[in-house]
Amino acid sequence: MEEKIIAKLNEIFRDVFDDESISVTRETTADDVEDWDSLTHVTLIGEVEDAFSMRFMMKEVVSMKNVGEMIDIISARGKI
Amino acid sequence: METMSSLRKYAKESGEGFPRFRLGVIGDCATQHISTAIRGTGIKNGTDLLVFDADYNQILAQTADPHSELYEFNPDAVLVFNCTEKLYEEFQDTPVGQREGFAEKKLLQIEGVWKSISANCGAKILQTTFTEYDDRTCGNFGARLRSSFIFQMRKLNYLMCDHMNEDNVYPVDLQFISELYGTPEFRSTKNYAMAKIPFSTNLIPAIAEEVWAVISAMSGKVNKCLVLDLDNTMWGGVVGDVGFDGIEIGDLGVGHAFTAFQRWVLELKKRGIILTVCSKNFDDKAKEPFEKNPEMTAKLEDFALFIANWEHKGQNIANMQKRLNIGLDSMIFIDDSAFERGSVRDMLPDVKVPEMPPEPSDYIDYLRGQHLFETVAWSEEDAKRNDMYRAEADRAILSETFADYGDYLRGLAMRAVAKPFESFWYPRIAQLSQRSNQFNLRTVRYTEEEIKRIAESDDYLTVYFTLRDRFGDYGLISAVIMKKDGENLFVDTWIMSCRVLKRTMEEFIVNKMISVANENGFRTVTGQYLPTKKNGMVKDIYSKLGFEDCGDGIFTAGVDGFRYNESFISEE
Repeated sequence: MEEKIIAKLNEIFRDVFDDESISVTRETTADDVEDWDSLTHVTLIGEVEDAFSMRFMMKEVVSMKNVGEMIDIISARGKI
Repeated sequence: METMSSLRKYAKESGEGFPRFRLGVIGDCATQHISTAIRGTGIKNGTDLLVFDADYNQILAQTADPHSELYEFNPDAVLVFNCTEKLYEEFQDTPVGQREGFAEKKLLQIEGVWKSISANCGAKILQTTFTEYDDRTCGNFGARLRSSFIFQMRKLNYLMCDHMNEDNVYPVDLQFISELYGTPEFRSTKNYAMAKIPFSTNLIPAIAEEVWAVISAMSGKVNKCLVLDLDNTMWGGVVGDVGFDGIEIGDLGVGHAFTAFQRWVLELKKRGIILTVCSKNFDDKAKEPFEKNPEMTAKLEDFALFIANWEHKGQNIANMQKRLNIGLDSMIFIDDSAFERGSVRDMLPDVKVPEMPPEPSDYIDYLRGQHLFETVAWSEEDAKRNDMYRAEADRAILSETFADYGDYLRGLAMRAVAKPFESFWYPRIAQLSQRSNQFNLRTVRYTEEEIKRIAESDDYLTVYFTLRDRFGDYGLISAVIMKKDGENLFVDTWIMSCRVLKRTMEEFIVNKMISVANENGFRTVTGQYLPTKKNGMVKDIYSKLGFEDCGDGIFTAGVDGFRYNESFISEE
């Protein structure tokens, strides 16, 4: 299941940051991706929310440290 | 609507070879995403839209300082983006005793921004309206309580839009997006809290579309004619099968939806859109409902042209275009049949062919969201436009009966008024200046405010022209602005409606230029032709009408000994 989430996230990341070389892992952070700032973060969150038919809480959005934490929230609440 | 990610890709593309437009964006919320989406929308539509996005909350700093980055950018237009969230914060900081005057105070501030922009650059100004937000601290009663936020916010929207008339500002009505998609879809308190973006990211493209729609209309790209199918578009059912009294309209079947659509289409007519019918039918069968069914709201005389036959619809629309003398790209074709829509798209790619929803009661809401009827001016003349085009069709029939064109023109008994600009006509002259693409010698666009300034200035001589004949009144159809330059008059603007081509109106106008110059003591008149993609038809007009070609698009005529052109129009 986690593989499925990562595959889908990879697609979203490549699209949002317009970079086909991106390959996300649980350890990926904002520092690893060019253009990942507070503004693109909002776009990213919006796209992920739509893709998995779920909503993040604001405190989750601001405290998320890496993609791994994002995956955990999606596995708990998202439609995969 | 495009998605945000596709607009981001467009935004990165080069706009080389496209016409360029420079837009400055200043806002009291984070506008970077919106700016990216606006650029993407521009590129998608074939314009190299260069956007300068000021940082967050820079409205005052960027507009008050004459050397700001905004002015250095030399924008064609500036978008002032105010958001309701910020407005509400300001309201909360206002002492209760001063809240009844909150809207007026904020209006002064917003107008101050407009005035700074106008004083520091020639850019057109676009201003967002406030999307409605009620904090509900007074419940329903807040709607009438003068000191509530919702009362002040609504008042501010009203006052601001009213003042746009004097300050020549163009609204970007964000409230419409809220109405069309629903406020919960449009607003995002989370995005605002996290990144000062008050909207959900998936509706940012909708904002960009509104901004683009206003910019296009400002550049003269407006739609002029609505071509309508009949069966299952204007009424339910096929008239050829069910007869004029069996079609669904009014109280019959799902008729209400079609009646509502007819009434909406007639509103478009009142605002100046030319209506025509293009139906695959026998002519008499197609006309019968209009003549005999009392439930029909639209009447035959509401249409400038009525074509019902079994030809290809694309062919019929091409014929309409020739007879109306308007651009194909200003025509919209409405048909419930996917086949007809596809065939018209194939044959005439310039004609706008919106997809129609399968449900007739959705027609209006769908079309309202398509940005088809943008305009930047309106005058009462517009309400008469359809009738003028109808009269034009009658004239075409008369011209077929005359072998000699001169006899035909004499038979029209044309009379013109030629006078200096008067305030009554400022809106119409400004509109002509904004809309004329083909018969426009220099394509300098003037707003109503600028027309007023020119008319009242001693540096110019102006003449407007109206025309009427035995079939009807064309209204104001041409305007000439001549700038004084020593003993010479320079024709800064000559615009004319293409409706009156080949009536010897051009001859009449040139004669008038010379006689006005003569009466005011000028010795020469100089004209200029600045080529654009659309004004090729007037390339040789000055030389044909007695001016001497000086090269480089400059033409001149001496007042003494000028050979006045023959015209069949008499002056009233």
